[in-house]
Amino acid sequence: MSTPSLPLEARGTVPQDPAQDVIVFDDVAIAFEDNVVLDGISFRLPRGETKALFGVAGSGKSTILKLALGLLRPDRGHIYTLGEDVTQMKEEQLFDLRRKVGMVFQESALFDSLTVHDNVAFRLMEEGEVSLEEIDRRVREALRFVELEHTVDMFPSELSGGMRRRVAIARAIITQPETLLYDSPTGGLDPVTSTTIVELIVKQRDVYKSSSLMVTHRLQDAFLMATHIFDRKTNHMKHGEAGGRVEIPMAFLILRDGKVIFDGDLHQLVQTKDEYIREFIS
Amino acid sequence: MAAGDFLSDIEFISPVDFAKRKIQSLQEYSLLAAQSVANLFRRPIYGADMIQQADLIGFGSLPIVLASVFFTGAALALNSATTLSRFGATTVIGQLVSIGIVRELGPVLAGLVVAGRNASGMASELGSMIVTEQIDAMRALGTDPMKKLVTPRVVASVIMLFFLTILGDFMGLLGGSVVAGILLGMDSHEYWSNAWQTLVFSDVFMGLIKPLVFGFIVATVGCYYGLTTKGGTQGVGRSTTEAVVAAMILIIVVDVFVTRFLMVVLGS
Repeated sequence: MSTPSLPLEARGTVPQDPAQDVIVFDDVAIAFEDNVVLDGISFRLPRGETKALFGVAGSGKSTILKLALGLLRPDRGHIYTLGEDVTQMKEEQLFDLRRKVGMVFQESALFDSLTVHDNVAFRLMEEGEVSLEEIDRRVREALRFVELEHTVDMFPSELSGGMRRRVAIARAIITQPETLLYDSPTGGLDPVTSTTIVELIVKQRDVYKSSSLMVTHRLQDAFLMATHIFDRKTNHMKHGEAGGRVEIPMAFLILRDGKVIFDGDLHQLVQTKDEYIREFIS
Repeated sequence: MAAGDFLSDIEFISPVDFAKRKIQSLQEYSLLAAQSVANLFRRPIYGADMIQQADLIGFGSLPIVLASVFFTGAALALNSATTLSRFGATTVIGQLVSIGIVRELGPVLAGLVVAGRNASGMASELGSMIVTEQIDAMRALGTDPMKKLVTPRVVASVIMLFFLTILGDFMGLLGGSVVAGILLGMDSHEYWSNAWQTLVFSDVFMGLIKPLVFGFIVATVGCYYGLTTKGGTQGVGRSTTEAVVAAMILIIVVDVFVTRFLMVVLGS
């Protein structure tokens, strides 16, 4: 295995700082039967930052998202989400925490027996503390954010793949969670639709200042996010100013053989000497 | 495919691993069954989902339950008549059909029919939700799938199978009455009077306790196989088949133990 291009935090000693970090992985390992997927990974997601997770298929990217939300339990290590150790929490306690985190699944995972309206409203209706009028207003607002207000009465089966992803984003953001987890939000989509979804994620990052972990296979999407900011005036992305490395809160994390081999920003990524990473990003 | 390739695809597991898996499955099933009941005492209670499931399970199964018990009652009367006529005792057909349907055949048949229709439906619905990550999405949205999906199905199955059995019992007696009246020329009043008077508390009690147990089995088995689905659409098909088989076998086996238990308790 190649030597990491950047010094990583010493394994198992990532300090937790709830004020600064929304997600902290500390020496986390998980295996499915005999297949070791993650083998002692540690990293932090600072508040307000978007971190893109890369790695070949089966490298454990989606597993990281599910671990962060307590949908899976690690075999070893600790995971702190919004300052709480999810590895020590019972399923009942996790439901409260999950309400503060939005997740967009790989294949959207919309409830196929519910309309778009009810899918997006699901979390609010479950909480039962908001009036139906308010729910309807917020559903339409979320759908307007993803430019799909006209699909409110449709069923997921009537939508295209790209539209389903956008509805999934609307469902994830309806309560304006401070942290979002995106699992391959642009996977299998055409370039135009992919750019639309990337723009929504950038909008969420820059307008609402949300923190996010994003699994992706498309390096160009992450580069686009690392070089562009959302312009509220034009309601579109625009290229960031020179020195955007400081201004754009975007980082990259690359997995290989169950370990983190890179954790840094765009500037560090393009300057890496690691052959595997250079091949990966070329 | 060569025989060698075929054999290499077969997964051989040791008897110990096999036993461990079965014990683990039993443990998981027991946990799911216990949680489905415990959730009745924890908020939120999904009343609307219970009503929706009651509609699907109860009204959806009504025609096939009524038809199957009706014709079983008729067949029972026919078969009984053949034997009883040898002894000149055809007048007791009403008693025989009544006891047979109310104590045993009504609850078991209703349970088996509902198992065939709804355990499969639950397993395939929840299994599809598993493979399309909808269950994970539900958990990620802060909702407990056990409370939202399993408990309403268990409650609806138990309650609706209870009422389906009552209606089924009546239809079974009616089936016997039709055969007795039309084919055997028996007086309808005599048949119903015999059928009614022969029933005692223990018969009715036994006949009404069983559907509660069977309804619980149908829903918990269907949900268990659905929620443990693995392997995509093929896995959904496998879970569906296994759920129906397991629910039916369990109903038949448990019926023996419940019958014996109630006979001891009721002294009948």
